[in-house]
Amino acid sequence: MFYREAGDFKVSYRDDSQTFPIKFDRYRYYVVLAVAFGVIPFLINDYWANALLLPFLIYAIAAIGLNILVGYCGQVSLGTGGFMAVGAYSCYKLMTAFPEVSMFIHVILAGGITALVGVLFGLPSLRIKGFYLAVATLAAQFFLVWLFNRVPWFYNYSASGQINAPERDVFGIIITGPNAPAWATYLFCLVFLALSALIARNLTRGTTGRTWMAIRDMDIAAEIIGVNPLKAKMSAFAVSSFFIGISGALFFALYLGAVEVGEAFGIQKSFLVLFMVIIGGLGSIFGSFAGAAFLVLLPVVLKVVGADWLGWPTDIVAHLQLVIVGALIILFLILEPHGLAQLWRVAKEKLRLWPFPY
Amino acid sequence: MKKKLATVALGALMAAGPAMADLVFPSLSYRTGPYAAGGIPFADGYADYFTLLNERDGGIGGVMAKVIECETGYNTEKGVECYESTKGEGALIYQPLSTGITYQLIPKTTADDIPMHTMGYGRTSAKNGKVFSHTFNYPANYWDGASGAINYLLDENGGDLSGKKIALVYHNSAYGKEPIRTLEELSKKHGFELAALPVDHPGQEQKSQWLQIRRDKPDYVLMWGWGVMNQVAIQEAANIRFPMENFIGIWWSGAEHDVMPAGDAANGYKALTFHNVGTDYPLYDDLKTHVIDAGKAAGAGDQVGTVLYNRGLYAAMLAAEAAKKAQEIHGTADINASQMRDGMEALEMTEEKMTELGLPNFGPTFSVTCENHGGDALVGVTQWDAANKAWTLISEFKPTDGEVIGALIEEDSAAYAAENNIEPACN
Repeated sequence: MFYREAGDFKVSYRDDSQTFPIKFDRYRYYVVLAVAFGVIPFLINDYWANALLLPFLIYAIAAIGLNILVGYCGQVSLGTGGFMAVGAYSCYKLMTAFPEVSMFIHVILAGGITALVGVLFGLPSLRIKGFYLAVATLAAQFFLVWLFNRVPWFYNYSASGQINAPERDVFGIIITGPNAPAWATYLFCLVFLALSALIARNLTRGTTGRTWMAIRDMDIAAEIIGVNPLKAKMSAFAVSSFFIGISGALFFALYLGAVEVGEAFGIQKSFLVLFMVIIGGLGSIFGSFAGAAFLVLLPVVLKVVGADWLGWPTDIVAHLQLVIVGALIILFLILEPHGLAQLWRVAKEKLRLWPFPY
Repeated sequence: MKKKLATVALGALMAAGPAMADLVFPSLSYRTGPYAAGGIPFADGYADYFTLLNERDGGIGGVMAKVIECETGYNTEKGVECYESTKGEGALIYQPLSTGITYQLIPKTTADDIPMHTMGYGRTSAKNGKVFSHTFNYPANYWDGASGAINYLLDENGGDLSGKKIALVYHNSAYGKEPIRTLEELSKKHGFELAALPVDHPGQEQKSQWLQIRRDKPDYVLMWGWGVMNQVAIQEAANIRFPMENFIGIWWSGAEHDVMPAGDAANGYKALTFHNVGTDYPLYDDLKTHVIDAGKAAGAGDQVGTVLYNRGLYAAMLAAEAAKKAQEIHGTADINASQMRDGMEALEMTEEKMTELGLPNFGPTFSVTCENHGGDALVGVTQWDAANKAWTLISEFKPTDGEVIGALIEEDSAAYAAENNIEPACN
């Protein structure tokens, strides 16, 4: 009834190819943006920021990054944790070496460095694919973690090998360290997420994204019609690592504040982000958001319900959490292999006909 | 159904409402994951002591103590969630039992004015209270442990370790790396050779490290392990027939569940400690009547009297004593976190006090001041008797090398102060 194309006339190509062709969707998008930027910062407290919103925003950036590589370009990667570590450690080195430079620049530079590293580890993808590429990126994961553990220069020779985020500000507002207000850290991450999603969306529907998808669907055919596989694969690795590097930098500097590479950026992080992408939906920007939200919020919700409301023993809740999350993942993959994004698409399709389906 | 809903709503209300009437002691425990074997007894001991105080004395100074458990799984991200969710409930003191989470909470607790007690773990230089105003690590820290082990070996060798080879098998994390710097300094001072062998999380794979030990034949092996790594290391040491009496673990590598799997082969294995072992204390009688027999024991109740249970008990006892001190200083029974910090900084544990609490000779005597948040750094050694399945204290609590450690603490805390713009001061 409200959700329909009828009456919304498109008079230019620009209007015709916009992200949200349906009016209702467009307004919903503006409302979400308005709430995220204009309302939540006034209501947020430490708990909401640190336990729910920051991890969601940061993982969503990582999921968008990985989705470009796995979902759009079809190159399986298990090196996400390692690339996040590159982002975190380069951000740390930049923060301590140039304390007067704005955090915006540090985070973007950290993304740039990660992009270079990503391209380097993406080179094998020109010769190998599928499971073999997954193994090659797995090697990147272990090598990078080993490197940051092994070479003291990366952690400024501290006794414990931990890196700690010193206090830094943006336009005079502290955004790292313990004294950073919740709204400032939230907004900083939100700006990065909004920009990442915007860039990713526009890349994936342009020439670059089409070459990626051509490579994903059939690389030999793509080559025959004139897609340069070197350029397509390397650009996918670069863009993907750029976003993952940004998320790693934010994960370290704003969310955790202190990081130990093996614990924070181990193989389990790679799997977590990969699960987000698979559950959310391969090849969908919305899917990255949905997957990140699902895997960040669900454990917290289960914990609050089980331990805080029902008063069950904490170990039983923790074990139940594993069971429930695992069961839901299996259920999703069986019932909807295309992830939460496909559910969303189906819902929208149904909504279009509501209340008079034929 | 309606009644059920009402119960849930009431429960939610009770959980969400600020419990100002109680003294809140959050327990960031881990009863799941690869480190659960160590996390469970500690959490049980911690909870049981507060249950005892509530049942026997009606709380601390007339105010009931409330323990809120939050499962971290030894994971830093869950630790952050636990910290944020419990701090609003009026938490008085945090004891995360994880070096990784400690590093994260040091700046956070300082900003929120809540004290943190990292008993025998965490950042060693937190001993310098002039820089780390809200972090305490009495009665002993890792560097005391390293020095205590070397001192013990010095005693064994008539005061001379020159030319000896000592290997350090450590958990490749912030926790395991802590002692390396001290051991390097001590190796220069005493002329022994140090070889550091890292073991990656979680520590099930140690073949290559022990192969290297078999090849290099060090005189002694020290271990900084936690969780499943301990059991594997002790089994591997038994496999290469390394003499167990020359194998010394830190206090986190010396519990029953670490040595049991290796059976008789673990006989003679040694571990450092900063508190006594066993159940032969008057407090245990009270614990039996008021908590265990009353069916109020935490967890499965099968951990009573183990090494880590005793440690949890000890941690809770020190927290309760600090709370009492805070009540005394500020003249109010309903203290807040800031007052709790003052209580911790004025804490003094004497032998009379320990006897009065029913724990004579249980831990070293020490006092805390603003300059010294780490106590007097007395370290003892325990040994495992596989036949009787018991640990015994074989070396009394002895002082450690304050000269070497003091200089290192000064250096490390100064670096932290410079990095974070802290002006070292005592208020």
